[in-house]
Amino acid sequence: MNRLEVHHLSTSFATDEGRVDAVADVSFAIRAGQTTALVGESGSGKSVTSLTLMRLLPRSAAIQVSGEAWFVDGAGTRLDLLKLPEAHMRALRGNQVAMIFQEPMTSLNPVFSIGEQIAESLRLHKHLDRTAARAQALRMLELVEMPAAAQRLDEYPHQLSGGMRQRVMVALAMACDPTLLIADEPTTALDVTIQAQILALMRRLQAETGMSILFITHNLGVVAHHADDVVVMYAGRVVERAPVRPLFATPAHPYTQGLLACLPGKARAAGQPKPKRLFAIRGQVSSPLAPPPGCAFEPRCDRTQAACMQVMPKLVDTGGTRQARCVLVPGRDVKTA
Amino acid sequence: MNVDTRVADTPLIEVRHLKCYFGSKERPVRAVDGVSFAIQRGETLGLVGESGSGKSTIGRAVLRLIECTAGQVHYCGDDIGKLSSERMRRLRSKLQIIFQDPYASLNPKMRIGAALGEALSTHGLARGPGERERRIVDLLEMVGLRAEHARRFPHEFSGGQRQRIGVARALAVEPEFIVADEPLSALDVSIQSQVINLLADLRERLSLTMLFISHDLDVVEYLCDRVVVLYLGHVMEIAPTSGLFAHPLHPYTQALLAASPKPDPLVENVAVPLKGDIPSPLAPPSGCVFRTRCPHAIAACAITLPPLEARGPGRFSACIRTDLITTPPTR
Repeated sequence: MNRLEVHHLSTSFATDEGRVDAVADVSFAIRAGQTTALVGESGSGKSVTSLTLMRLLPRSAAIQVSGEAWFVDGAGTRLDLLKLPEAHMRALRGNQVAMIFQEPMTSLNPVFSIGEQIAESLRLHKHLDRTAARAQALRMLELVEMPAAAQRLDEYPHQLSGGMRQRVMVALAMACDPTLLIADEPTTALDVTIQAQILALMRRLQAETGMSILFITHNLGVVAHHADDVVVMYAGRVVERAPVRPLFATPAHPYTQGLLACLPGKARAAGQPKPKRLFAIRGQVSSPLAPPPGCAFEPRCDRTQAACMQVMPKLVDTGGTRQARCVLVPGRDVKTA
Repeated sequence: MNVDTRVADTPLIEVRHLKCYFGSKERPVRAVDGVSFAIQRGETLGLVGESGSGKSTIGRAVLRLIECTAGQVHYCGDDIGKLSSERMRRLRSKLQIIFQDPYASLNPKMRIGAALGEALSTHGLARGPGERERRIVDLLEMVGLRAEHARRFPHEFSGGQRQRIGVARALAVEPEFIVADEPLSALDVSIQSQVINLLADLRERLSLTMLFISHDLDVVEYLCDRVVVLYLGHVMEIAPTSGLFAHPLHPYTQALLAASPKPDPLVENVAVPLKGDIPSPLAPPSGCVFRTRCPHAIAACAITLPPLEARGPGRFSACIRTDLITTPPTR
């Protein structure tokens, strides 16, 4: 069963210099109890995708959203997150669908103790009274292995280290027992030994609760070990979709191939000698205001053909559960669901 | 040719018993607490560690950008702490730094050409506007930019281009030694590999000596000849790069390597993550500073600070649990 199915999601922003397609025609799915990673570099649209799904972008004429996002809630009801009435969405957010952000210091309220912040969502969504909410908040801090949890309950975010703050964020997200967790670069601001702790914690909680995770990251090392399926984004579009092992073993899209080849740690991981010169993808991402006429990756691609400059290639099924968006990759048209 | 053997034998940079304490005298933050290492001419030394390990403080102290509490930094055998400000200023052209965030280190109101030109004029490296202009174009082309970029302002460049400007700015004064303080951390993966290649090329072409500060072990393994592993202001291990990655001796180095996820789903993650947080440098643990998180700590670890001891050719480790070393360390 798919916990979340995103079909043809597009988000565009009106700017002074014209309309910018931050996310264009993005489709992917997250299976129940599994992790889908959304991978891409700055400006690839991965964070805008998550904010659109959570309906956290300001509602204004300047922002246009289209597409569908079918979410199956705990009771088995199918809901389109993009068309849900605001009140229903508010009941879902932080409850069935929770989110963890990159920078815990900016997402925690500095003037409330962490106990109060966890209790708040329990009182709102689970209708617990003050005492019960506080007791549950303590259990949540214990669940995320917070050292001296009882004492931390009355501490403020600034009194905690970066790793502990991220544990609080996880506790907050887990408080209402979500079925879908959206984690936007949850370990990027952390040191590697702390990152390992948080990732192990998220894994354990996923195994215990069976929640699905949308893991947004640029770190391919983290993807390799914590994702089941991978969606690679470039300039707002999905360029490749595959289960994690086939993706790393035989990347189909030239961008994915380049991304993996330019990792300095890739050679060591495969047990090969250190390359003399690191592979590099030349140039940089084109401005979203002046995208190339054809494939968005064409100006940086080493395997460009004449057709690449004409039109944006379609995302095609390449067999198995894999898809790619490149004229060099043969495949059948993606069935519209 | 007349080869000066004294210069050939002296390390270009030697750091001896460096201590940098900040804040109050009674209860200082011990950012760097007795660090010693040497960098040979032409060598790239990696400095790795997590936040609060003191790696950036060391990078600045080596260039005398901050004054330290105790210890010395020697450049070609001379203690730079004892140099007059006039001699230090002249020496500055030999010692340069590349920062993590190039945008913060460039004057937003200054065109790139002017920023590079200022460095040339300050150190008297270009005579007349014609030569200055030529040198600026040379520098831009050396880092993969074009001559017309000289007329642009910092905000007109992408992150990767700005870091190229940061590199050009450091190279403008023809340095011998460069401190690169997390120069890749702010860059996307595809841009990061471009800058890694640029640094590697320039290092070879200009025979630069480098202190490369990073938390990214993969990059350090790729670029560095030797590595110094820091934890809470102390050196845990020093080793040639290949030996360190093949056979880490110190429990902290082992944990650090195990914790950094390899970009290959087939490589099993055997990491048992380290427990707890890095202690505060205001109140570091007694004895070995790593003992509070070390899986192999014993009672004796709390008593004395383990000295950095030789454990094979070029290898040093500060750990009393020598009984854990089963196979002889390699280079």
